[in-house]
Amino acid sequence: MAGLLRTEASKGIALSAPASLYVGLLVAAPLGILVAYSFWTQSYVEIDRTLTWANYLEAATDPLVRHLMLRSIAIAGAVTAATVMLAYPIAYFIAFRTRKKTLWLLLITIPFWSSYLLRVFSWKLILGFNGVLNSALLSLGVITEPLTFLLYNEFAVVLTLAHAWAPFAILPIYVSLQKIDRSLLEAATDLGCSKLERFFRVTLPLSVPGIIAGSLIIFIPTVGDYVTPSLVGGSQGKMIANLIQVQFGPANNWPLGATLSLAAMASVGFAAILFVILATALGRRIR
Amino acid sequence: MSTPASDPLSKPLASSLSKPRRKPFRFPWLPAYATGYLVFLYLPVLLLPLFSFNDGTIVAFPMKGFTLKWYAQLGGQDTLLQAMANSLIVGAVTALTATSLGLFAARAYVRYRFKGRELSEGLVMLPLVIPGIIVASSMLVLFISLGLKPSLTTVILGHVFVALPFAVSIMKSAFDDFDQSLEEAAFDLGESVIGTFRRVTLPIVAPGIAASLLVTFTVSFDEFVLAFFLSGNQPTLPVYIWSQIRFPAKLPNTLALGSLLLLASVLLLLTAEYFRRRSAKSAK
Repeated sequence: MAGLLRTEASKGIALSAPASLYVGLLVAAPLGILVAYSFWTQSYVEIDRTLTWANYLEAATDPLVRHLMLRSIAIAGAVTAATVMLAYPIAYFIAFRTRKKTLWLLLITIPFWSSYLLRVFSWKLILGFNGVLNSALLSLGVITEPLTFLLYNEFAVVLTLAHAWAPFAILPIYVSLQKIDRSLLEAATDLGCSKLERFFRVTLPLSVPGIIAGSLIIFIPTVGDYVTPSLVGGSQGKMIANLIQVQFGPANNWPLGATLSLAAMASVGFAAILFVILATALGRRIR
Repeated sequence: MSTPASDPLSKPLASSLSKPRRKPFRFPWLPAYATGYLVFLYLPVLLLPLFSFNDGTIVAFPMKGFTLKWYAQLGGQDTLLQAMANSLIVGAVTALTATSLGLFAARAYVRYRFKGRELSEGLVMLPLVIPGIIVASSMLVLFISLGLKPSLTTVILGHVFVALPFAVSIMKSAFDDFDQSLEEAAFDLGESVIGTFRRVTLPIVAPGIAASLLVTFTVSFDEFVLAFFLSGNQPTLPVYIWSQIRFPAKLPNTLALGSLLLLASVLLLLTAEYFRRRSAKSAK
């Protein structure tokens, strides 16, 4: 081994090759096949391999597809905004106002390590018509009949996802706040900034990278979330992943499912790039 | 207001020079908010264990009474035990594979400078940001096209993919503070490359490996969407739970099972955290 791999560079490449090949192949190969499928059609169990734009035409013109795609992006956007705004004060608190940083970080990550499926399921039990929240409020006498607007709508989906993704917003924002050179903050105070001014002109702009990282790591996976809309979304809260699953499962129309997957990926990518451009520009303007 | 760490001297000085001045009481908004947020994070998670001991079939207040029967009933269910066995197999194989791949890759990223290093580092993190449904559906199509029937094997192939970023980042931090001169000393004293790795490098990063094994196992053990698409008729535990969720009569058993799963995940994570800290200490 040592004889073959003499140079530093070749050793590095050889050691990292298995991991990057594994990921590379399992990204490229499924994607390639997905693209192929998206140009084919299916009748019952037979795959017709004549190339056609039919699936794309259907995806582009079907109002249901457009509706679910837009709703998925809107829900993921709302989740991202809510999660980041709720998380920012926590990240700020851990970075600047407590000495027990590791304890707080550990406390925040522990719930995230429990099964995602179970956490979502738990929200279904909380928000249900005969659920925990309604029964608690009823027995306390706060309400006289169960609230019906809690479960099976977009609100339930946004709430559940904002809970599930919390650590993914807190950690990157915390890291970017932690990196801020404390002497910059002192300088701002010495130069006559009020606390609020100092926050908006020094701290916030310097934490924009953390906000962007956190937003992307939440937004991208939530657009394609399947479990949450299935369990707490009802018919009002269905998202694009539900439609994709139907194509690969009950409807058994893989070519259309492949097309929808690709379309979802393209819209996510487009929305994410747009967001990064906007956020970076905004970050510069505040400064 | 200055940050606590910024001026350690001013505090004793100020207190000795000026008369003790009572600060006006300020409500601790941030700590209060942080505590409230923790409650929001933990309540839903703690709800399952709470109601798993409830002697009633609906999850609502007021609670009925304490019972352990929902746990006792879990023992005799064959499909459940089979799903548990499947999950353990998938988790163990995933953890071993992802950690070995991650170990070598992390070693390369930390130790060597080579062309395409940044590209490769970015690539192995990619699974974190692809929506699960897209990974799951595209892998299903790929495996079927290759003639691989959905089974535990295909689930493992998928789980290694999603667990790899965790393995790589844990192993990277284990190698980060690793003192290079220890290896060089072993070389100079006549150890071979493999001998050095086995007798010097490996023992030092062992806590990192343990942490990576536990974390990747947990990732696999809790993963649902990929397993849902790729497991065929060999369900893992989360897929089994999914099939039970729709039956109200099975709800208490599902709660008991879920609580055990939560407990297992948290214990695994805390053990992993312990090893991770030890690796950070021993590397210095």
